[in-house]
Amino acid sequence: MIPELQTIWSLLEEVKDPEVPVLSIPDLGIVREVKIYDDLIEVIITPTYSGCPAMDMISMDIRLKLLEQGYKNIRVSYQLSPAWTTDWMTESGKKKLQEYGIAPPQEKRVRKMLFDEDEEIICPRCQSSHTKLLSQFGSTACKALYQCQDCKEPFDYFKCH
Amino acid sequence: MDQLITYSLHLADTTLILAQRNAEWCAHGPILEQDIAITNITLDLIGQSRNFYQYAATLINQSAEAVAEPATEDSLAYLRTEREYKNLLITELPNGDWANTILRQFFFSVFQFGLLEQLQKGSDAQLAAIAEKSIKETTYHVKWSSEWVIRLGDGTEESHQRMINAIHNLWTYTGEFFIPAVYEKDVLPHVDFDALKSAWLEKITEIFTEATLSVPPASFMQTGGKTGHHTEHLGFILTDLQHLQKTYPGAEW
Ligand SMILES: [Zn+2]
Repeated sequence: MIPELQTIWSLLEEVKDPEVPVLSIPDLGIVREVKIYDDLIEVIITPTYSGCPAMDMISMDIRLKLLEQGYKNIRVSYQLSPAWTTDWMTESGKKKLQEYGIAPPQEKRVRKMLFDEDEEIICPRCQSSHTKLLSQFGSTACKALYQCQDCKEPFDYFKCH
Repeated sequence: MDQLITYSLHLADTTLILAQRNAEWCAHGPILEQDIAITNITLDLIGQSRNFYQYAATLINQSAEAVAEPATEDSLAYLRTEREYKNLLITELPNGDWANTILRQFFFSVFQFGLLEQLQKGSDAQLAAIAEKSIKETTYHVKWSSEWVIRLGDGTEESHQRMINAIHNLWTYTGEFFIPAVYEKDVLPHVDFDALKSAWLEKITEIFTEATLSVPPASFMQTGGKTGHHTEHLGFILTDLQHLQKTYPGAEW
């Protein structure tokens, strides 16, 4: 990797997901590519969900971060295909989620089938697998709401997608 | 090109109007979790609309008839009239009760799942990309609405009766899914609408059986939305949706 590219990627590490501020956008797996042209930096990102309201803010944050470092000509572009999947979340991202109290996505494969068995999700507080789904839709589009049957705490689960 | 623009607008209008209807439940859901669920679905639908409107805007601006003021997702949503809207009629019907709202979402999501599968296989790369993104969301919508159809249909006497009333209200609006407009046939030459309909009916029958509900016999079906002939309800929705832009043109915040 050429040094300047390396620099830009490490700057992007400082841009956080506004809805889950412990995750950087490379952790989340939404930065698809960084390109350097003569005097232009292009950052290509992909949305987690079509209606993710954080995308506009994230692209502004990328711009601000790069401007702050003296880059002037910046383009943030969107790419829809291939569609984002939680498989692109980094291992360190999953660990940060866990420590933050959100159960990280626990499956390796993306499911597209209907009516699968509900997954067994591990409680991020006490590690119990004795948990139940309260709602498939949680506080943001990417999360579901669970409750631990042992420690009784409700918690967010970052859905496999 | 014109047909592709019209088709993209039809897709965008359909998800926007359904989102606008579902959003009426915001803060009025039966319980907090379901209030959040329906509004999350709304957000997904708005996101899908934005992708289709942005694509339509790009195509319009590339086409020869492009005017001085370029089209944007906002101009397409906020400045088109009722006759220019091409959404499916079922999306503009009033919400009614929770049973009616659920059943509409179920009918629509099962249809949309099958359609998105086809769009992914189509020749237009951008429609395929939007479909690839959307179908993951639609999978959740199908699951959620199916569970509710079963819960209400196979629930109490009251909830069962409300589902029957909802079927009565909505059934004649389901035929429009599978009666292609001229622009659909043009953009989707690979899609067999009869096969799409059989697959849809099979899924509906499966869930209805579990919900102890009966699938109505074949009947007269309403059409018109795809060509801009709407029920009296759309005008009111657009008045609400477009009020701000019409009162303060170009307003931003
Ligand atoms: Zn626990």
